[in-house]
Amino acid sequence: MLRYVYRRLASLLVTLFVASLVVFVVIEVVPGDPASYMLGMNAQPDTVAALRSELGLDQSKPARYFHWVTGMLQGDFGQSYTYRTPVADMVSDRLWISLPLALFALLLSIVIAFPAGIWAASRRGGLADTTVMGFTQLGIAIPNFWFAMLLVLFFAIKMRWFSAGGFAGWDEGFFAALKSLTLPAVALALPQAAILTRVMRSSLLDVLGEDFMRTARAKGLSQRQALLRHALRNALIPVLTIIGLQFSFLIAGAIIIENVFFLPGLGRLIFQSIAQRDLIVVESVVMLLVFAVVMVTFLVDLAYAWVDPRLRHRA
Amino acid sequence: MKLRSIVPGAVLILIVLIAALVSYVWTPFDVTTLDIRNKLQTPSAEHVFGTDHFGRDILSMLMVGARTSIAVALVAVGIGMGVGVPLGLLAAARRSSWVDEVVMRGNDLVFAFPALLIAIMITAVFGAGAVNAIIAIGIFNIPVFARLTRGAALSLWTREFILAARVAGKGALRISVEHVLPNITNILIVQGTIQFSLGILAEAGLSYVGLGAQPPIPSWGRMLADSQTLITLAPHLALFPGLAIVFTVLGLNLLGDGLRDWLDPRLRRER
Repeated sequence: MLRYVYRRLASLLVTLFVASLVVFVVIEVVPGDPASYMLGMNAQPDTVAALRSELGLDQSKPARYFHWVTGMLQGDFGQSYTYRTPVADMVSDRLWISLPLALFALLLSIVIAFPAGIWAASRRGGLADTTVMGFTQLGIAIPNFWFAMLLVLFFAIKMRWFSAGGFAGWDEGFFAALKSLTLPAVALALPQAAILTRVMRSSLLDVLGEDFMRTARAKGLSQRQALLRHALRNALIPVLTIIGLQFSFLIAGAIIIENVFFLPGLGRLIFQSIAQRDLIVVESVVMLLVFAVVMVTFLVDLAYAWVDPRLRHRA
Repeated sequence: MKLRSIVPGAVLILIVLIAALVSYVWTPFDVTTLDIRNKLQTPSAEHVFGTDHFGRDILSMLMVGARTSIAVALVAVGIGMGVGVPLGLLAAARRSSWVDEVVMRGNDLVFAFPALLIAIMITAVFGAGAVNAIIAIGIFNIPVFARLTRGAALSLWTREFILAARVAGKGALRISVEHVLPNITNILIVQGTIQFSLGILAEAGLSYVGLGAQPPIPSWGRMLADSQTLITLAPHLALFPGLAIVFTVLGLNLLGDGLRDWLDPRLRRER
């Protein structure tokens, strides 16, 4: 097990290193000098030069890359060109919206997908199965931002149960904050729930064909008991992998959904920063998200190897 | 049994394709002329799907918008196949060599970036537009096809007919092109359909946040973005572009499912 962990850790570090190189190089390609952009057209050359050295722009590219990476490792994500505040502060404020949103959506998709997938699998080929599968086809085809608009139209504008956008803030109380995240989370969860339902169903169907399931029935368990006690636990392994993968989609999806609901999360931060050419923020936030995705994949792999010993030797 | 899904899928896609093609020669109204007096009309006999805030005919815009969606997604699939398939073939032919290693690690890398992040970075640097949207979506398609091709090709390389070709003195390149490629065309077509539908969704998402095709080129995603501020006033503006996306994606997914079962009888079990 330990050897497997080391190997995965090594490949994780390589991925992160190359990813940071790619992000740095891509952002460096941008023409124009942030310092003169910040100071405007009429700035004195020596003021620009002073700001350049303050921001570290006068250093060589390798030195700046090194500075950026070592800074990030210590929690220093650089200074926003536009707001002159540490990027880390801007990120940590918004993280408390994006992260709960993604987790809320993940939870919702699990709560929807597990019963739906189990139900469809246990009624294989029947009406329930066909209905559930039909809905999953729709769920995959509906763009989540459009679904979000429909939710706003119905639940916020027509029924007035929720606000159409904005974030109450965690200071307003847990449930007020959660309420303003509900519609975004539902919108975000829909396609993921549809995918997860399909995985749950097909994974259960695979297990249902195994010999031990016949044995379970033969020793007198009802179909329902056998399903819940034996099939479900075995079917969960691939489902867990997909849940891990979905985290990266949820993060990407959150970027768009935050725009629909005017939530001041990481997604809004990225788009604002692009509009203001505040590329150090884009650079650091993108890297942070890549880090989150890679870490989650890593942890899921470990959990997977821990549950299923066969995998430790294969990879 | 899934074979049935080919027909409805193909019908949906044909409708969208025909609408897109017809828009080159005819649309009910011109999409670039503004007719402010007739703005925000609800569906009527004259404007079947109503008009937008500039008085433009929604149906005409949807038809022209279909061109954008299809073109972006199709070229993105082309990039993915054009680069990914040769890479996958190469990796399989030179198994466990440094080529294989580079291809696979490159795959891991692209998978670490959610597709939208790549798109955002590209547009942040090079500016928003249809071409950059194509590149952004296309890049993410490359590892999908490379990985699929490599996996399928590897299992073919162990087969007797490939061995026979090697005994006959054919090189790795010729075998890849003459024997491996024709045998994986089926799965490539199926995956192409799936990536096509994902591309439609991605293009819609990108143009919704303003990173896709720029005005005055109509695109479904931006029609939805425009409709958002008017959603209390004219909900029908938000309805039709969304339905067009769902229609197209659903059609492609049904077609893909059906094609997979039809082209690969081994998979023709109920899943």
